[in-house]
Amino acid sequence: MRFLITYVIGLIFGMGIIFGGMANPAKVLNFFDIAGTWDPSLAFVMGGALGVTALGYRFVLRRPAPRLDDVFHLPTLMRVDGTLIAGSAAFGVGWGLAGFCPGGALPAIGTLDSNVLIFTCAMIIGIIAAKLIQSRSKVGVTV
Amino acid sequence: MPTEFTPLASLGGGILIGFAAVLLMANFGRVMGATGILAGVLMPNHSGDRGWRASLLAGMISAPTLYWLISGQTVAVQVPVSTTAMIVGGLIVGVGVTFGGGCTSGHGVCGIARLSPRSLVATVVFMIAAVVTVYITRHVVGGAI
Repeated sequence: MRFLITYVIGLIFGMGIIFGGMANPAKVLNFFDIAGTWDPSLAFVMGGALGVTALGYRFVLRRPAPRLDDVFHLPTLMRVDGTLIAGSAAFGVGWGLAGFCPGGALPAIGTLDSNVLIFTCAMIIGIIAAKLIQSRSKVGVTV
Repeated sequence: MPTEFTPLASLGGGILIGFAAVLLMANFGRVMGATGILAGVLMPNHSGDRGWRASLLAGMISAPTLYWLISGQTVAVQVPVSTTAMIVGGLIVGVGVTFGGGCTSGHGVCGIARLSPRSLVATVVFMIAAVVTVYITRHVVGGAI
């Protein structure tokens, strides 16, 4: 039952990504191309997602615990450090090169498009490599 | 390659993403971050962490099929860059989101919704980096990438 609920949540997220246009690198790259073929659509994706989440979290996080778990698993790290900034800057460069972010690419796997599969394999290699480096030096955490 | 401005579809998509994030927090107390979900499937910290993430990932991957069943259309995946850009971009994204602790969904949506200072900084940084990268590849180098 729990896995059915998470499956449906993943499906809703994926449908949001598809309707929003985030599974389409051409659209994502045009959002960043302010000086060229600018397409501001993705600001509406971010705005809609952020608005609903901020509002929903206000009610949800007021409760003592989630419905099917004992505690809310919220990131506890508060400090802004060099690792956060360097990692995020690198992510932005990669996103600007390929046009996929992780949340855009994962639902797009279902299209079996060769570019999505190539991107995802490369991203997985990057994640595993970075995790191995992290486990040796203990820097950075993932939300 | 110009794309059509789709404010309503994009707003609707954003609202669905928000609903997914709220449902995941309300039921399981978890952040809807694509990076954390994928990393947790690949290399879970605890054995019980993998199942819910794997089923969530399966739901995401099923979305194009559901979209096709509803609309009769396939999902548009238009790639105006080279395969090299896909590989290099993918590697950098993987390393970046791991050290940066999240991506557009984890930091940009869930983190900012909680007013996390780390997420606010991360989102500003990766957005600027992406805009600068696209400016360089399209207007300085001139589309050679």
